[in-house]
Amino acid sequence: MTATDVRQRTAVLFVAVMLGHILLISAQVQSRAGVPVLEVVTFGAFAEVQRALSAVTGGVRGAWTGYVNLRGVRAENEQLKRQLGELQIQFQQERAAGEHAHQLEALLGFQRQSNVQTIAANVIGAGASPDFRTMTIDKGSSSGLKANMPVISPTGVVGRIVTVTARASKVQLLVDRNAGAGALVERSRAQGVVLGAGEDVLRMDYVSGIADVKPGDTIVASGIDGIYPKGFVIGKVESVDRGTGIYKIIRVRPAVDFNRLEEVLVVTIPPETSAAGGPS
Amino acid sequence: MRAAAIAVFIAIALALQTTLARYLTPGANVIDLVFVAVVYIALTGGPVAGLVAGAIAGLAQDALAATGVSMISIAAGVATARSIIGVGGLAKTVVGFVTGIIGTQFIVARPIPRALVFFTATVGHAMIFLGLYAVLDPGYGGTPYGTIASQAGANALTGVLLFQIGESLPGFVDRRRSMGGGMRINRRLD
Repeated sequence: MTATDVRQRTAVLFVAVMLGHILLISAQVQSRAGVPVLEVVTFGAFAEVQRALSAVTGGVRGAWTGYVNLRGVRAENEQLKRQLGELQIQFQQERAAGEHAHQLEALLGFQRQSNVQTIAANVIGAGASPDFRTMTIDKGSSSGLKANMPVISPTGVVGRIVTVTARASKVQLLVDRNAGAGALVERSRAQGVVLGAGEDVLRMDYVSGIADVKPGDTIVASGIDGIYPKGFVIGKVESVDRGTGIYKIIRVRPAVDFNRLEEVLVVTIPPETSAAGGPS
Repeated sequence: MRAAAIAVFIAIALALQTTLARYLTPGANVIDLVFVAVVYIALTGGPVAGLVAGAIAGLAQDALAATGVSMISIAAGVATARSIIGVGGLAKTVVGFVTGIIGTQFIVARPIPRALVFFTATVGHAMIFLGLYAVLDPGYGGTPYGTIASQAGANALTGVLLFQIGESLPGFVDRRRSMGGGMRINRRLD
């Protein structure tokens, strides 16, 4: 064995021992947010790399789509004008219907749902491992974000913030196998818990075998977890099986397409839980 | 292969995984470019290179993707699950090491054997990873067989493609010779 080999082996052993120590310390030492220090430091550093790469890929994609969009933009413009006219008429009808519903709601004595306060954030990176479904957004504690704040999109619940640095946050998607949310069937108000399975579908557990659940039913957040605001859409029931136990086996197709997310909203102040979601 | 070169290769794979993978595949969990990089390094550099690559890649992925304890599950009274830093590192270290040994003991120079190695390595990695979680954390979800199969297929395809690209670049044989690891063991066995 040459001296170089000995040096290399010693260096490798040194690095291995150092890593072991860091992991051991990380397992015991928690940051102020209750997250291992190692996780916060590595995530914070890598988020900056993701930010830079996202800017580059975004620029390239923007230039390309800009070029593609130029083709046929005139025809699209005319079509959009027609659609706008139709939508303006539809909007007038909807507003009239909305006014009517508002009056009925006031009559029934329901308190209006408070508007949630949100902060828009761009997705700058996907999860580093396909085994964990996470994504990185470009807003962090400097924008007022904190761990466990819910993240939503116009179509439904996206997930929650798990790690925050000054300029970026890691979001655990609802489809992650460690994720979960209190949920209920909008139609029958049957309660349960929606859990991620690491795949593109969710499963809803702890729904009684005699509960009224059908494929196509909308699943919304129940607010029982204290994180996701009540009434926000989670997905639709894809299949219902009786199962062998006292609970049904329910598969839920998420309302959000997690692979197409570009921009999300972080809920900084949730609505009043008692008022949201309508009658139960 | 030097540890620094391995680290750079893994870093590039990580960056591509987090930025490009979601645009390239229909499901973001279908492809694992970091894992493909580990197996590639193991096959070209031998067991030590595979071990180092697996350890670096696994720990980096664990630290970056970890989600901690599911407080929602606790609040809802469900069995809790948590991500554990080191499980992915261990799984990738084992796979990198074993793949490196396979690369030195067998001739893996054609696309089909290479695809088979990538496919088997992905399945092996999933078995170790999910097996460890099943032991350490009863709250962890079931085994997604469909996802594992599709991931193994996608990784095999990407791995073969990576080799084709690598071999088409000038100086591949010289680079491979200079990587050392596997070649040294081969000579020693001979």
